[in-house]
Amino acid sequence: MEALSIKNVSKRYTNHVALDNVSLTIPEKSIYGLLGPNGAGKTTLIRIINQIINAEEGEVFIFGEKLHEKHIGTIGYLPEERGLYKKLKVGEQLLYLAQLKGMSRSRAAEQSKKWLKKFQITDWWDKKVEDLSKGMAQKVQFISTVMHEPRLIILDEPFSGFDPINAQLITQEILGLRDNGSTIIFSTHRMETVEDLCDHIALINKSKKIIEGQKKQVKDQYKSNTFIVEHHGNNLQLAPERYQIIHQETLEDNLMVTTIKANADIKANQVIRELIDKTELQSFREKIPSMADIFIDLVKGEDDEALRKHLQEAV
Amino acid sequence: MNKIWLIIQREFLNRVQKKSFLITTILVPLIFPAIIGGMIYYMVQEAESAKPDTVQVVDESGKFSFENTKRFTYVKLAMPLEQAKKAYNESEDFALLYIPQFDINKPEGFAIYTKENPSIEKVDNLEDNLAERIRELKLEQFKVDEATLDALKTTVSLKQVSLSETGEEKSSNSGLLYGVGFVLGILIYMFVLVYGIQIMQGVIDEKTSKIVEVIVSSVKPFQLMMGKIIGIASVGLLQFTIWILIITFVSSSVLAYFGLKMPQEQMREQITNQISSPEAQEAVAAQNSKVVDFLGMLNEVNFAKIAVVFIFYFLGGYLMYGALFAAVGSAVDSIQESQQFQFPITLPLLIGYMSLFFVILRDPHGSMSFWLSIIPLTSPVAMVGRIAFGVPTWELALSMVLLVGGFVLTTWIAGRIYRVGILMTGTKVSWKVLAKWFMIKN
Repeated sequence: MEALSIKNVSKRYTNHVALDNVSLTIPEKSIYGLLGPNGAGKTTLIRIINQIINAEEGEVFIFGEKLHEKHIGTIGYLPEERGLYKKLKVGEQLLYLAQLKGMSRSRAAEQSKKWLKKFQITDWWDKKVEDLSKGMAQKVQFISTVMHEPRLIILDEPFSGFDPINAQLITQEILGLRDNGSTIIFSTHRMETVEDLCDHIALINKSKKIIEGQKKQVKDQYKSNTFIVEHHGNNLQLAPERYQIIHQETLEDNLMVTTIKANADIKANQVIRELIDKTELQSFREKIPSMADIFIDLVKGEDDEALRKHLQEAV
Repeated sequence: MNKIWLIIQREFLNRVQKKSFLITTILVPLIFPAIIGGMIYYMVQEAESAKPDTVQVVDESGKFSFENTKRFTYVKLAMPLEQAKKAYNESEDFALLYIPQFDINKPEGFAIYTKENPSIEKVDNLEDNLAERIRELKLEQFKVDEATLDALKTTVSLKQVSLSETGEEKSSNSGLLYGVGFVLGILIYMFVLVYGIQIMQGVIDEKTSKIVEVIVSSVKPFQLMMGKIIGIASVGLLQFTIWILIITFVSSSVLAYFGLKMPQEQMREQITNQISSPEAQEAVAAQNSKVVDFLGMLNEVNFAKIAVVFIFYFLGGYLMYGALFAAVGSAVDSIQESQQFQFPITLPLLIGYMSLFFVILRDPHGSMSFWLSIIPLTSPVAMVGRIAFGVPTWELALSMVLLVGGFVLTTWIAGRIYRVGILMTGTKVSWKVLAKWFMIKN
């Protein structure tokens, strides 16, 4: 079953279109990266999922049911612009936020204590938030997002401002939550997060969905038949009508590295066959594009219309 | 509904658990009596301990003889004015009083010379002394003795009776009604303003601390707004109740401690002690019956009705303005920014407050008073100011219905602005922007 199924959602404001006919499918128990430049419409989409605003057109289904007020407790949301009540004590704060999500007070007390213990911060219960450091407050915010055991967790730039140790801690917890059956949506710019954690991604640009799918498939789709070869010997001489040498440099003692882009119909084995006769091969690998490359290519590289045509042809 | 209740609880506890709540709740009812009491005490002390001022007198008429009082010591100078002025200038005395030759039917030409501007009170005191002496001279001239004069004294007081539509008679007392209207009107004005601004502050805090996006992912913005408004209202009601209890308790126990009696009683006793002639006793009896009348009038004023009306307008006015303050809070990022929107909101409230003094209490049944107590934005202050004077039932009903309508309308408008405003930070907000937010579809 899909955790979330967004069908043809549009949202217009007076001066601009925030979302234009966007459809997404988020599989259950996935870690789903929602990517896109600032102002692309990610926040609007997340707010629609959280029922903070309503979509003008289209529908959202959550675990097979049409999105409804009763699903508020199903979702845990950590916004990018996040805060806490400064004057309120950590314990009271957690209880209040969990109760607003529909949890009973006794259950909320149980859960919040469990989480504080997990992070080894049980002595914070009576501390006021204004006395906490930023990193400490972030831990409390994370707990408030997940303590009501939501099946769908939406994290908007969760690692911004975290030190590496805390980021590591939170990453572990996120993976643990996924293993326990939660679905996680990341909205982020940080490509290393996407590379390390996400198994599915979608890219939104200028209110439209550009691409969506499993991370591996997306990467495969954007491979450009480029190979990186380490070899001994002289410069490579290849038939220019079939191979294009993009880059070549000498590393040490006769060892060279050459980047070769082959024509689309040439398979890797053919390239190797070609090379074996010409040089002494040290290593050979296909160049897999990073998410950052794909992101930049898609957003910057081409004009919107041309891009869409290109994608339609590719699919 | 359950979630609104959670928010009300939270908003209530947040404020009640603060130390500042405890301090203001206990200190305010003690501070004001303490300040007033302290000032009166100081003034009395000063008046009692002050040395009498020396007044030099040049009496050309020769008609005056002065006795020294607590306030003034008189020194007669037997020299012409010009010389006296010089002498005065060299002395350290308070003043030089000049009494020319004068016609007792047209006493003119009196003057007082001082080095610094004298207080009105002292001048009054001296003038009274002079007038008293001239009066005595007149009595001699007209051959009237004090006894005849006392017999001539006549006072008439009108018993005020208001005749209701059904022909029922009721004693009334405009002074009493004025006092009731005045106090209640000011209470509403203060409550709406003080707690309205607290709502606004609360909304701004939520917005700037960025907690609001998390909250509105759990509850509807409208629920959050109403929860806050009602939560703060209950803080206010609690605070008011405690104040009234403390004031009642403190004032009664203080009076009991000093063995003091109510002022009227004191006066009556003094009069009884001083005067023992039969006529005077009659007068005292009349005085007593007046006190009884006054108490009777207190009973005639329908306090139960006034209390119900007061509470209704108290809450109605608060809710109506509270929603507007919440909307302003949601639109801005700081208290400073809120100024431009605050003024237009508080203007009608201010108009109600000002008109309390200049219109409503002076002419409670005039058409201006009528309109001010019908229009919802001014009616909470205006109607409560009028109510003790007796307001026709249909006017009261119309005003109440309109207030409820006004409250629903402002809450609806405010809710629409609020739901957009709380998620917008860093926008430059104008009236046009607010209108745009209001128009955004859900």
